[in-house]
Amino acid sequence: MAELKTTDSSLEMGMHTEQLSGRTQQVFFSSEEGDNYTYPWADQVDFDKSTEIDAEGLEAKEVNLKIRDAMGQGYGTITVLNPAAKHSLGVGILSRLNLRFEGSLGYFGCGLVDGPNIVVTGRVGWSCAENMMAGTILIEKNAGSTFGAAIRGGDLVCKGDVGSRTGIDQKGGTIIVGGRTGAFSGFMMQRGRMVILGDAGKNLGDSMYDGTIYVGGAIEDLGVDAVEGEMTPLDAQWLTQKLGQYGLEAPNGVEKMTKIVSGKQLWNYDNLEPSEKKLVL
Amino acid sequence: MCGIAGLIHRGKSADVGSQLTSMLQALKHRGPDSTGFALYGNPRDDEYVMRFKVAEQEDMRHGFLIRDQVKERKAEVDRRLEETGIRKTAELEATEYAFCYRFSFDGDMKHTADYVEDIEGVEILSIGNALELIKDLGDATVVSEQYSLSGFEGTHAIGHTRMATESDVDIRSAHPYWAYPYNDISVVHNGQLTNYWGFRREMERRNHRFMSNCDSELIAVYIADRLDRGDELEEAMTRSVDELDGVFTYVVATEDKLGMAKDVMAAKPMVLYESDEFVALASEEVAIRSVFPHEIDTYDPYEGEVKVWQS
Repeated sequence: MAELKTTDSSLEMGMHTEQLSGRTQQVFFSSEEGDNYTYPWADQVDFDKSTEIDAEGLEAKEVNLKIRDAMGQGYGTITVLNPAAKHSLGVGILSRLNLRFEGSLGYFGCGLVDGPNIVVTGRVGWSCAENMMAGTILIEKNAGSTFGAAIRGGDLVCKGDVGSRTGIDQKGGTIIVGGRTGAFSGFMMQRGRMVILGDAGKNLGDSMYDGTIYVGGAIEDLGVDAVEGEMTPLDAQWLTQKLGQYGLEAPNGVEKMTKIVSGKQLWNYDNLEPSEKKLVL
Repeated sequence: MCGIAGLIHRGKSADVGSQLTSMLQALKHRGPDSTGFALYGNPRDDEYVMRFKVAEQEDMRHGFLIRDQVKERKAEVDRRLEETGIRKTAELEATEYAFCYRFSFDGDMKHTADYVEDIEGVEILSIGNALELIKDLGDATVVSEQYSLSGFEGTHAIGHTRMATESDVDIRSAHPYWAYPYNDISVVHNGQLTNYWGFRREMERRNHRFMSNCDSELIAVYIADRLDRGDELEEAMTRSVDELDGVFTYVVATEDKLGMAKDVMAAKPMVLYESDEFVALASEEVAIRSVFPHEIDTYDPYEGEVKVWQS
């Protein structure tokens, strides 16, 4: 295998298979692209400057404001203690930050983020990292449903099991699941990569437009227009590198993972004549 | 939206009244219209507990005659119970319109329940050796204080915070539902059943009674029907996942068991915590955290999954 550098963009690696016709967004978001971190109003933080926030007895909004206030003071490493599964913690962070939650988050944790590196030592509820743009989020335990819904970039990693509809409407980035996922994972996926090291529930990749899903365990069944693709050395190379970044391994080796891609029958649906549509359906 | 919660202690009793109050209060944002508790005390083989109401809370705010009517209805309940041979051993007036009786009885419970519910405005909320079902308008703290639930010792409990969507805001439409006429079976539900009316008509043809137009009541009646046909609880619940249509997660409790079922789309949430001593489940983890503030491992059950635990 050729040596891969972490700075290689996904486009250079040839990992994207989309044949874009202009109907979909052509901008790719990648955690390696520094441009994504440059908001003019973003706080200048120092990673060596650290602080702790105790969330006990605080409302979610108060915790988020404390995080924002600490960033405004230049703290680049923030640890939140006792999050106690509160909803909507760590949302809307649009600059680089090392953020650590010592415990579990409720619904909508870490949503709408663009750039931070976040670690959650517990579990996350539904819709973690929804609309994430860039950065990394690592969940040490389990996650609820709609994990990584509509993410556009970055790495979203759960070391445990994840609920149903993982990566629904995924538009970019990488989702990695250390355990199993529930039904309808990758539903209407448009771009990006999903790696499931355990088993995948039914209707995997249903109505996916594009993107790639890799599964290390058993697949209960595939959704409409999801088909098995050919695993290439490039796939294996990328998987080895990406999993290695998070200390994960495929249970039977990356070469034996199953690759799922779009059959592109539904994708091309609008280009067909009415009589051809009947054949597709 | 609605919030549901349950807990079961394995091999011991605890203050499940306070614990479930904390869990349901943490779920208040999922439904503030009404709150309900199904609490399972230590069962007494020779004694039943009956919770019933003779009017809706809303009724008490209307008209000059309602208080007289409440007294008349309660007196008629007492008369009919005595007529059917029930020997009342204790009586608790929870509110002006809701009561709790303890009694000994070895007759036909269904006949007695039908006879009592034949009185205008009267609804039996529960009958059982262990179950006490309490539901009313307001959040968990309000209902818990109103009915003095703190300190209720028992093995398990389920509860519900209701966001009324498809039926009225009243006690009749609040959860839990008792699986009439079966002792000690109750159900709470989060979701919508799309084959409710068809299934209801089928159940009514089999002589099951419905007290509300709430689709969740169907689950209680369905479970009762399946148990009547000889199913075990887990078997009945597994069958329900195939036969009930819609999106749902529900929790059911019996005298000594607690179970949960999730539809095949997994569209409604549920979080579980299991240990050797205790099982807790809720629509959101924040409810479990209200009784377990320290770090614990939780997980989501998957689509179509059914689980049952023993106390």
